[in-house]
Amino acid sequence: MNLLAAAADDGDLFVAQNVFFAVIALVMIVSAIRCVTTRNVVHAALWLVLVLAGTAAQFILLGSEFVAVTQVLVYIGAIIVLFLFGIMLTRASMGDDESVAGEKRLMAGLVAVLLAVVMGVALLDSYSDTRLVIEAPQRFSAVSDAIFSQYIVAFEAVSVLLLAALIGAIVVARKE
Amino acid sequence: MIGVLSELSYWQVTSIRVAAGLGAVLLVAGTLVYVHLFKMVSFMQSRLGPMEAGPYGSLQLMAEIGKFLQKEDIVPRRADRFVFKAAPFVVLASTFLLLVVLPGGPDAWFISNDLGIYLAMAVGSISVIGILMAGWGSASKYSLLGGLRATGQLIAYELPLLLAVVGVVIQAQSMNLQEIVLVQANGEIFGWGGVGNPFIVTQFVGFLIFMVAMQAELTQTPFDMPVAESELVTGYMTEYSGLRFLLFFIGEFATAGVFSAIAAVLFLGGWYVPGLDPTDNLFNVIGPLVLIGKVVLLSFLIFWIRFTFPRFREDQLQRLAWKFLVPLALGNIVVTAVFKVAF
Repeated sequence: MNLLAAAADDGDLFVAQNVFFAVIALVMIVSAIRCVTTRNVVHAALWLVLVLAGTAAQFILLGSEFVAVTQVLVYIGAIIVLFLFGIMLTRASMGDDESVAGEKRLMAGLVAVLLAVVMGVALLDSYSDTRLVIEAPQRFSAVSDAIFSQYIVAFEAVSVLLLAALIGAIVVARKE
Repeated sequence: MIGVLSELSYWQVTSIRVAAGLGAVLLVAGTLVYVHLFKMVSFMQSRLGPMEAGPYGSLQLMAEIGKFLQKEDIVPRRADRFVFKAAPFVVLASTFLLLVVLPGGPDAWFISNDLGIYLAMAVGSISVIGILMAGWGSASKYSLLGGLRATGQLIAYELPLLLAVVGVVIQAQSMNLQEIVLVQANGEIFGWGGVGNPFIVTQFVGFLIFMVAMQAELTQTPFDMPVAESELVTGYMTEYSGLRFLLFFIGEFATAGVFSAIAAVLFLGGWYVPGLDPTDNLFNVIGPLVLIGKVVLLSFLIFWIRFTFPRFREDQLQRLAWKFLVPLALGNIVVTAVFKVAF
């Protein structure tokens, strides 16, 4: 309680933001764990929807509306739908699928822990004493100005890369 | 927050908006079902339609709702209970979220956001997840096939829908739907500002693409492969009964209404009627009614086509989207961009 009062004296603590961050983060963590532990592939994809929706919500808390909406459009509206579509076209068994049990669980867990440690340390090292000042939601025009002036080269490079991936996918899919 | 709403506190404004949202979904869905599905189609087919409940059958809707609420809510034995039960709510949630960006008058809006139409297109795609959940969760082969067909169709037609909107966005220089209405209200056609500049005039190709893609997004005939009753019973809705079927039904017609409203805002000037000052406070009252009038007009087209044309085959449907509508929409964007820069 003292800690909270002391922090509130600091002036720029966003109580509501922090509470919502905690709630959303909790939902995301539970969903992410269920996503990898469930034995039903369709359920795993649906839990992943919650994780990605949580990410979009966190972006809204940060005032980055454009990124949040793009997250919904691209990940939930396209990628998850393709996942579900693919699963249902091939093996849409009801109930638990015993073949999902997975002997690679140990390896996957190891990789996950390693990734968490590396990314956590990297993030803490570079941003631990950076203060994020959010005064207003980011204007969409500011995003487009940044993309088409400062980051134009990167943007064009990514576009060409995506085009190459697209053509590559078609070539791989139609080799007769 | 400006105008009349500024005198109210946050919770009052929010409750007004929630009530308006509920009203907009339920009333518009009810209007469309009664005016188009019950009456217009009946007259086209030389019959009277429902006449018993209330004057001219106007209370038929209440009777239908009562009927659905009485029915047992059956869950198939092998179905995935939670996914099966949650699916209609996901579809309906997508409809409510679509509504959020629509403006009904100079101050009568839910949110006035920079992202506007982009946000609408993003949340509109959530309904696909609900349809896939219904298709898979029912544990029925009709449902699964219907869900898969619906998904393939919705993915294919989302693209021309989005690309048709881009033309309007380029011309209005904004994605905010309120801004788009004001640009049309204050616009001029070759220096004559008598009726503003509704984008249906300059974006006629975009309007046609949007209406065709909308018809497919709503899975209305001739794009009703997902619910083809002669092959799939009712597709992903086959196993639903009672309240949950009603939710799908409301979702279908409310989404038709909301999509018509988006088309009305983009191409017909939204809540604006020519001859009045768009900042007039009067529009906060008649604006929503004008918008509903335009919605009824546009949804008339949807249902007219629905009851006129036979069903597309799956391959014809995909070919129309990818080989005709998408290139046409891309051409429309290029032409619009050239004109925007040249003039």
